Amino acid sequence: MPVGDLLPELCLLLGAVAIVLTSSFLPQQRLGWMALLALLAIACSASAALMQWDTPARLTFSGVWALDGPAIAAKLIMLAAGAVVVALSPGWLATDRRHGEFYALLLFALLGVIMLASASDTMELVVGMLLSSAASYPLAAFHRSFAPALEAGMKYFLVGALTNTLLCIGVVWLFGLTGSTGYPAIAVRLAQGVDELALLTATGCIVVGLSFKLAAFPAHAWMPDVAQASPAPAAAFLTVVPKVGAAIALARFLALLPAPHHPTLLIALLAAATMTLGNLAALWQKDVRRLLGWSAVAQSGFALMAIAAMPTSPDARTSLLLFLATYAIANLAAFAVVIELRGRTALEDFSGLARAAPGPALVLILAMLSLVGIPPLIGFFGKFMLYRSTLQGGLGWLAVIAALNSAVSLFYYLRVAGTIVFGQPDGAVHRLGGASPALVWLSGALLLAGGLAVELLVDALQGVGSFAG
Amino acid sequence: MILTAAIGLPLAGALTLAAIPRWREAAARRFATAVALLSLLCLVLAWRRFTPDGALFQLVEEVPWVPGLGMAWRLGVDGIALAVASMSALVFAASILYPADTRHRAAPYYAWMLFLQGVSLGVFLALDLLLFYVFFDLSLVGMFFLIGRWGHGQSQRSALKFFLYTFCGSLLMLLAFIGLYLSVTPHSFDMRVLIAEQPMVGSAIPAGLVFLGLMIGLAIKTPLVPFHTWLPQAHVDAPAPASAILAGVLLKMGTFGMLRIPFAMMRETFAAYAWVIALVAVISILYGASLALGQHNLKRRIAYTSINHMGYTVLGIAVAGALLSGNEAARQLALVGATVEMVAHGLITGSLFLICGSFWQRTGEYEMAQFGGLAKPAPLLTGFSVLAAFASLGLPGLAGFVAEFHVFAGTFSVYPWLAVIGIFGILITAALFLLTLQQLFFGALPEKWSGLPDLGGREKLVLGVLAAAFVVIGIAPQFLLTVIEASAGWLVDPR
Repeated sequence: MPVGDLLPELCLLLGAVAIVLTSSFLPQQRLGWMALLALLAIACSASAALMQWDTPARLTFSGVWALDGPAIAAKLIMLAAGAVVVALSPGWLATDRRHGEFYALLLFALLGVIMLASASDTMELVVGMLLSSAASYPLAAFHRSFAPALEAGMKYFLVGALTNTLLCIGVVWLFGLTGSTGYPAIAVRLAQGVDELALLTATGCIVVGLSFKLAAFPAHAWMPDVAQASPAPAAAFLTVVPKVGAAIALARFLALLPAPHHPTLLIALLAAATMTLGNLAALWQKDVRRLLGWSAVAQSGFALMAIAAMPTSPDARTSLLLFLATYAIANLAAFAVVIELRGRTALEDFSGLARAAPGPALVLILAMLSLVGIPPLIGFFGKFMLYRSTLQGGLGWLAVIAALNSAVSLFYYLRVAGTIVFGQPDGAVHRLGGASPALVWLSGALLLAGGLAVELLVDALQGVGSFAG
Repeated sequence: MILTAAIGLPLAGALTLAAIPRWREAAARRFATAVALLSLLCLVLAWRRFTPDGALFQLVEEVPWVPGLGMAWRLGVDGIALAVASMSALVFAASILYPADTRHRAAPYYAWMLFLQGVSLGVFLALDLLLFYVFFDLSLVGMFFLIGRWGHGQSQRSALKFFLYTFCGSLLMLLAFIGLYLSVTPHSFDMRVLIAEQPMVGSAIPAGLVFLGLMIGLAIKTPLVPFHTWLPQAHVDAPAPASAILAGVLLKMGTFGMLRIPFAMMRETFAAYAWVIALVAVISILYGASLALGQHNLKRRIAYTSINHMGYTVLGIAVAGALLSGNEAARQLALVGATVEMVAHGLITGSLFLICGSFWQRTGEYEMAQFGGLAKPAPLLTGFSVLAAFASLGLPGLAGFVAEFHVFAGTFSVYPWLAVIGIFGILITAALFLLTLQQLFFGALPEKWSGLPDLGGREKLVLGVLAAAFVVIGIAPQFLLTVIEASAGWLVDPR
């Protein structure tokens, strides 16, 4: 068994287990140390993943596990995002009695979504989905005594249970069609021709199953609640990380389907529906975290554009990864500000923040402008690559819808920016302190510097290659 | 380096103003004015180095930025860009020096002004499509905060409308840019390559759609009827120096973009649709002038005359691109006229909006019916207003006349009927400016304005310099025409 190929995942697993065991013996005040342990596990995992970066794409573990550019790049993005969330957590959870377990759950969830991105076997896909889901539900409802958090967790769980079942049905159906769970064997069998309606059903079930993690239409309903009511670090995690894993998993799965069966139109319609729905719902939100949740839904629609263009555009994979990376930075920056402001969330409470807390206000505005795609912030290049791939893939109509959606999204981001800059400050601003101010500044700097030095990212991702198998 | 300096100095100045706390109002203003003038000086030096007989683009600077995407920091000027950019820098320096109510937040106000100057010059000096887009979008951000924070009335609403409306256009433009970019191999955003290759001829991506995207985006910015509805509101609620910049500089990005991108890069498509553009331009001329005539608010009236004047520019551009060959002299005439109109409108309307600012500072009032007989208490204010209004309506000897004469002379030999109809626009403008002057400065003086103070020192200086500029262009335009004609000739008849 080539255990070395799983080194990044093993690091996370060992870290999570160590955290669970250690935190059961530590006094509550010391539980913050577990964050360091989690960071250590993530750092080991990331360096192991970096060592895999330049190796040629291949399948390992009897062909169920992909080691290729997209998987490793997604892994690195998710690990980096996970590290940011871990660093943001200690201040937020300092008084929580079960502080330590939070990090174990984060690592398990991270492990699950990494499995999603690397799975080259439908069973593996299901395991990844279930692991990440099972670890994410308690993350969402971690504040047990806070009713909205419980509601968010419950909603997350119900939507998840339904879509996980659909995913299983799809996987079983596909197994019935092709007699196999491994991606290479499925691809071979599909190329020989199968019943179209049955294939469409299976594909539909799997797409809906994955759309849950992606927070895309039709399984998006949990996202705004989780963003609004979960502990802010968990919300930061759940709005960013599962999306990356699920997007790669979806792209990898759809790449199996032979060209005539590729559901380009279906994915394109889902993309259009997701971004339009997310943006329209975000328009008049009076709660900034809920607004960020709806905007996260809308951004999933953008990610789906690249997946729709995948069969016809050679660099759609690069676009997808670049977009996900830029989205992760911007969304984490926004949530870092929310955390630094102790979860301040009602829009009117942001009034005049530019004067009361200029640093976080600036970073929040930069993050939002980056999410819209205003150059030269890094988000612009993500959006630019998406437009480029979509136009190259011959989906001009989708690009136009996306452009109009960008303009709509500008409206609600500017409502927040306008409140922050033009409003009158009201009362003192309570800050969290600890590591979060540093992370606010770091992510703000990344938004700008990443845009100016985007060549590094483009260069790294352009050689990402195709899916193994 | 000289062009990078022209853009970089104001940006660095903006950063300085934002980074150092506790600027005193006067110090911030002096610093910002000095930086703006330095940037203008860079362009004057560029002007001296520019040789009209040389290549189309000169003083080219190129530094790779994102080579993986074919994007680079590419700057360069032709005569048209040089003229428009220099005018812009002058209008910026004037607007920064002009008295304004900064509401005790002088440093951020001047920082945004300088930021806006840097990115606006970037739009005119960029030789890279994506860089052009970057600056174009950033100018919206700068203007949004200036209007929203220092405007009056429903300023936040107006700022939002302005940003959203123009951002819609700029996104359509971005898609069209990507279309252009994808149709050259290797993919590049280099404007020189795109102009030389005329990539949309026989391309797989429909040229008509790319052209439509570009033109709608630029028409919103210009603005052409029916995309003009954001303009009056933004103008009325903006602080006066920001209005001067909005009209004087930001609107030019639309027409300049038309000239630089669809006109130069898609000659065939442009020629095919030139008549549509010319028709829309004439409608803008007449409709803008008529709307202006119907306004009772001074600033709103001047705002609408901008639609009329930008119509002349677009008409000139449409005429110049109407044919692929033949009738070169007339088309060149029209193109020169369009460019001079951009410069003239920037200077004249800039002055008019600054004068509006003087009204607001003294009275807090834009309703024309509230005024009358101001010639007695404020003779200098009257003098400068009369001069600017006459220049705007196209009185011979002033800059507006040179521009409109060229445009209509060119139009007569390509679209004679449109020229005849368009001339009525000038008539209406003349009427509305004369009525405005009569209402404001002559007749009975209301009691409350009898002690109205006349122009102060800085106001005199700024208005004097702007007036001198449009008088000189009116009397001895040759220095401007030589620079523009070289590039216009090249664009009308590429050799």
